[in-house]
Amino acid sequence: MKVILRNPRREVEVHGNRRVKDVLRELEVLPETVLVIRGDTMLTADQMVGGDDVIELRPVMSGGSR
Amino acid sequence: MKCRKCGDRAVLELRRHNAAFCAADFVDFFRNQVREAIRRYRMFERDEHVLVAVSGGKDSLALWDVLLEDGYRTSGLYLDLGIFDYSVESHAKCEAFAAAHGAELIVVRVTEEIGAPIPVIKDVTRRPPCSGCGLSKRYLMNRVALERGFSVVATGHNLDDEAATLFGSVMHWQTEALSRQSPALASTHPKLVRRVKPLYRLSERETAAYAFLRAIDYIVDECPFAKGATSIAHKETLNRMEDASPGAKHNFLLGFLDRARPAFERVDAVPLNECARCGQVTTGTVCAFCKLAERVKRAG
Repeated sequence: MKVILRNPRREVEVHGNRRVKDVLRELEVLPETVLVIRGDTMLTADQMVGGDDVIELRPVMSGGSR
Repeated sequence: MKCRKCGDRAVLELRRHNAAFCAADFVDFFRNQVREAIRRYRMFERDEHVLVAVSGGKDSLALWDVLLEDGYRTSGLYLDLGIFDYSVESHAKCEAFAAAHGAELIVVRVTEEIGAPIPVIKDVTRRPPCSGCGLSKRYLMNRVALERGFSVVATGHNLDDEAATLFGSVMHWQTEALSRQSPALASTHPKLVRRVKPLYRLSERETAAYAFLRAIDYIVDECPFAKGATSIAHKETLNRMEDASPGAKHNFLLGFLDRARPAFERVDAVPLNECARCGQVTTGTVCAFCKLAERVKRAG
């Protein structure tokens, strides 16, 4: 499956089927810091992903002067 | 994972609430949290015209969306900071949102108000860019609201923003900052407009989820100057604590507001004056914004 990350934008190929939480752990991304998006829906940590899936890990943190 | 309310497939888990929601029930949950914030702090009344400060990001557009959906009379205020393509794109997002909702968007350009955009101000002051940016935003929000007759400005500060600010203030024991930290800052001078933060009960992951589920087209990329900002470092620290102990950020902020803040409230309020140049409120003779404009002018 292809995983898209942002800030900076990059793509990572992850092989095999696994739960969303395991993908996040492998990529060392804290669940609190991203939305996990597949197509037009969000995924929870327990959902299985793999194969031809394209997953976006959309960062939610904004900073600087607020 | 199932939705706590209806049992359908959940799209978002909220560990701090030990709950998960489907799209429709999460949108309901989110709006109820905003309503609770407005009610608890009496942020504004039904008949007030609210100026919503929008940046093109998820938080401010989510806030504007909730207020519009709940029937509040609102106008948006976009401050063009002149930060390269980032400002061009964020301005376009705000214009598109306002047009789609038939709402008024007021646009003010920092370059026209202070003589230079934020990247130049950063070089002139030799201070972190967020410093001049924050100062300019607070000043212009208040001045525009006053000039146009708004009694209240609503900003998109969320639970993470507020917890990070609190964390920074506690780290340095900035007791004056602690006394001022609140989801609703009352007008303490005829020329100071009330400022409120209706998203203070919602995390930035929740505001991002709301924006996504409501198909709000917001700017996802960070401000190019945010990299290395202290507030980001504080957020990262708090997120690691949240991961280990869900609810940590919520308990830190709401516990402070409920139980600790009163201890920091100042009995002797700082006297407020009107700036000798622009007439806006300041604790000195000339306000920080006018001093900054003067430095920009001299450097130019």
